[in-house]
Amino acid sequence: MKRLVVIGAGMASGRMLEHLFEADPDAFQVTLFNAEPRGNYNRIMLSPVLSGEKSYEEIVTHDDDWYAGNNVTCRFGERVTGIDRERRVVCGEHGEVAYDKLVIATGSSPFIIPVEGRDLPGVVSYRDLDDTNAMIDATGLPNARAVVIGGGLLGLEAAAGLRLRGMEVTIIHLAGHLMERQLDEAAGYLLQKDIENRGIRVITRASTKAILGKSRVEGVALEDGSVIPADLVVMAVGIRPSAQLAKDTGLEVGRAITVNASMQTSDPDIYAVGECVEFEGTLFGLVAPLYDQAKVLAKELLGEGDAFVVKELSTKLKVTGCDLFSAGDFAEGEGREDIVFRDPARGVYRRLVIERNRLVGAVMYGDTADSNWFFGLIRDGEDIAEMRETLIFGQSYQGGAPLDPTAAVAALPDDAEICGCNGVCKGTIVEAVSTKGLTTLDDVRAHTKASASCGTCTGLVEKLMVLTLGDAFEAAAVPPMCKCTDLGHDEVRRLIKTKELKTIPAVMQELEWKTSCGCAKCRPALNYYLVSDWPEEYADDYQSRFINERVHANIQKDGTYSVVPRMWGGQTTSAELRAIADVVDKFNIPSVKCTGGQRIDMLGVKKEDLPAIWADLGKAGFVSGHAYAKGLRTVKTCVGSDWCRFGTQDSTGLGVRLEKFMWGSWTPAKVKLAVSGCPRNCAEATCKDVGVVCVDSGYEIHYAGAAGLDIKGTEVLGLVKTEDEAVEYISALVQMYREQGHYLERIYKWAKRIGYDEVRRQIMEDAEARKAYFDRFVFSQKFAQVDPWSERVSGKDKHEFKPMASFPESKVEAAE
Amino acid sequence: MNVMTDEWLDVGEISDIPRRGARCIRIGETSVAVFRTADDQIHALEDKCPHRNGPLSQGIVHDGCVTCPLHNWVISLKTGQAQGADEGSTEVYPVRLDGTRVLLGFRGK
Ligand code: SRM
Ligand SMILES: Cc1cc2nc3c(=O)[nH]c(=O)nc-3n(C[C@H](O)[C@H](O)[C@H](O)COP(=O)(O)OP(=O)(O)OC[C@H]3O[C@@H](n4cnc5c(N)ncnc54)[C@H](O)[C@@H]3O)c2cc1C
Ligand code: SF4
Ligand code: FES
Repeated sequence: MKRLVVIGAGMASGRMLEHLFEADPDAFQVTLFNAEPRGNYNRIMLSPVLSGEKSYEEIVTHDDDWYAGNNVTCRFGERVTGIDRERRVVCGEHGEVAYDKLVIATGSSPFIIPVEGRDLPGVVSYRDLDDTNAMIDATGLPNARAVVIGGGLLGLEAAAGLRLRGMEVTIIHLAGHLMERQLDEAAGYLLQKDIENRGIRVITRASTKAILGKSRVEGVALEDGSVIPADLVVMAVGIRPSAQLAKDTGLEVGRAITVNASMQTSDPDIYAVGECVEFEGTLFGLVAPLYDQAKVLAKELLGEGDAFVVKELSTKLKVTGCDLFSAGDFAEGEGREDIVFRDPARGVYRRLVIERNRLVGAVMYGDTADSNWFFGLIRDGEDIAEMRETLIFGQSYQGGAPLDPTAAVAALPDDAEICGCNGVCKGTIVEAVSTKGLTTLDDVRAHTKASASCGTCTGLVEKLMVLTLGDAFEAAAVPPMCKCTDLGHDEVRRLIKTKELKTIPAVMQELEWKTSCGCAKCRPALNYYLVSDWPEEYADDYQSRFINERVHANIQKDGTYSVVPRMWGGQTTSAELRAIADVVDKFNIPSVKCTGGQRIDMLGVKKEDLPAIWADLGKAGFVSGHAYAKGLRTVKTCVGSDWCRFGTQDSTGLGVRLEKFMWGSWTPAKVKLAVSGCPRNCAEATCKDVGVVCVDSGYEIHYAGAAGLDIKGTEVLGLVKTEDEAVEYISALVQMYREQGHYLERIYKWAKRIGYDEVRRQIMEDAEARKAYFDRFVFSQKFAQVDPWSERVSGKDKHEFKPMASFPESKVEAAE
Repeated sequence: MNVMTDEWLDVGEISDIPRRGARCIRIGETSVAVFRTADDQIHALEDKCPHRNGPLSQGIVHDGCVTCPLHNWVISLKTGQAQGADEGSTEVYPVRLDGTRVLLGFRGK
């Protein structure tokens, strides 16, 4: 009998032996090595063992009887340390064995991120039974806390299992959403919500800096400086094929052991199977392809030909209650089309990616009933042109209703506030409509006050009337924000508040976006709405911002940038001018100009120079002038009572004060202010977004002027007596605009839409409302007043400012 | 595309490029923009808009395209073609991933 030696008793070699013994039990005398002190068990069922839903005995695939029955010489708990190909022997820790044919099935090992503290007791990986038992032991500690590093398949299963055993669990994940390799952002959002509902904390975009502890692990330190206490740290950041043994033997190894379609390595008598192989550049991490390999290898060993081919794979997560599925290629691209279906009430998201009438990818969350059917369509490349319209609803779908734009409103609870100005909730409106028999918007306004003030909730009130009255009520068509949604800006803004949506994926899922990740129109708008509504919690999404706001400078026609520092109220000093002059000389800046906003613009700056220029300007006390921002720009002033013979108040002082108070705030569109010292109005206050004209009796506040694409004199808001009042009223006005404006809508357009009377009523007459706006403005400034230049001088977003790589000369040219 | 490629230059880690963002590779006078989409596809284009040479690397990335920061032309990352009514195209460079390394393809001179 020929001698077959197998290194590794894992899932791949186990399946191969089954096929082999089934086809010909007498073909080989088998010796099986395994570094683990046990035979083959169903590794993928370790998660149910961890959570306590199964015992180890239940997941054993091959027990002692099976090995004995097949005459396998088991050398478990013995690692193979070398292969001598000349003498054709395998060297185990306890001695050698000769082979005729050899199979390497060493699987892979967990990747350990090379941070300080990774060797501390209490830090484990998640690969085998010993790891699982170590985790189970840790759950016995009093008030045990675990940190799982890595929010992929394994990390999530580990976290869910530990949580079921009562541990307090935090997942830290480097990417922006969980399972980013298998799921898109939208599905990742729903998954995170489900995981959080189990009481597991999830921190994304988090990078591990160090593992802390003296004699055993005590916590994990993140790059952002925070520390999470932990008694157990599970590293689940990925796997590396175990190919070292093969490499030391001189076999051909790329990222793993290279095999051909017969699973043969570069040595014709040595085969490899499982996660330790690389086939045509592909690596493997799921069992389905390994089982195919096992079948091919068994046949090959018996001299029957067969060839391994790589097939499409699908992913599921074994966490009860998290129904997800992903398969194929769901990258966006030209010639590809998405079909997206969302049902926020049930937490369902489905996305199909279609290319040339074939389904090429699918991502599903919440309802995966049809996943096998979709997977089949992808694998077989079937033409789906015929069923395209209804494809998304799955196999059993017949006919069916079109998607309903009122669903998001229908799903709101009765106590959801619809009209912010008058504090009217959904239940009140619905009840008034049905019990009082209201049929028009004016009726509803009269009876409930909803939509009777600023009117931004009109669209929502109308949708509620449609829901209550059915077709009897015809709502005015609200133009949708963009092609990704049927909702208008007002409705989206209102729903962000009432449903407490705090991330872009949350808005898109809960408001049934028709695309998977939005477009260049809605992303910047949503990013602003979230920045404005949740100043404390929302993490700004820089990739949803236009370049100028991303790099905090204005892009020019030749790809260079301009730099405009703040000159508070248009005032400057010799020291500031000298600093600017030095920067201009040092960096060879080709052009310096006084802007129409009373400050100095340095034009033609190379992007790479920006951080160094900001550093020099910062030393002289300058901060960013936000000349690029949908935010507070300039506050122009005139010399006022300090010097001017007509000046009635300190207009320069008030301008400086306003600018120092309001800089940094993000607004729907840019906001420019001016303060003139008397009605001669040298600061041109009466064509600004907000202007102040000083008079003997105080400060006349103007707003809603325009002098760009449109020319429009300001409206008068009212007269206040003191500087303090001026600051309060103006901030409140701007906050009202921040909360209600549509993205890219200047103040003059917003005010016209809301009505000047309504603005005046809320800011001038309703002291309580004004105070509330003012307080919210002040709160949001706590987070907004961070100089973006100095942040970047200290290293933030440094990738923006330098090329990823540079090669000296053009020794190469494009190959098309 | 790869047929003509003589040389693959290792230009960095995929994680160096932000998702839905781009980084530049300088080769002498030429600048090549390497894009990474939301789902980790990578593409490379000369960093020059066919309209008026705008730096495409600075645009917003969406739907497999980039919107030029200067006048909003939309350029396909895959083909370099301007989309919609606009006409023109930008040079496409072969690019591929080896594990997490980004390799840019060139033809020797
Ligand atoms: C630099 C400056 C011209 C100058 O050399 O004086 C300027 C330059 C630009 N303006 Fe302006 N505007 C400048 C003062 C003005 C003024 C005058 C003022 O602020 O008193 C106006 C009219 C007032 C107004 O805003 O309504 C003005 C109305 C515009 C508009 C029309 C806006 C509108 O809603 O009607 C645009 C276009 C836009 O924003 O979409 C614009 C857009 C631009 C942009 C940002 C064009 C662009 O998108 O690239 C220019 C950027 C050049 C750069 O890189 O610096 N600029 N722009 C001024 C900078 C002021 C500052 O210190 O920040
Ligand atoms: C917790 C968990 C959950 C999973 N869930 C899923 C899932 O849901 N779906 C899915 O498809 N996949 C899942 N997987 C992945 C799946 O388990 C692997 O793809 C599969 O086990 C790989 O099989 P293998 O035979 O290549 O390697 P392994 O099963 O790892 O076997 C390799 C064996 O070789 C031994 N060995 C290594 N080096 C030597 C040496 N020098 N000498 C002797 N012995 C050695 C090791 O000790 C090990 O026992 C999961 C994995 C884990 C850890
Ligand atoms: S008016 Fe403003 S936008 Fe127009 S060219 Fe001058 S700076 Fe540019
Ligand atoms: S240069 Fe790109 S759109 Fe004009």
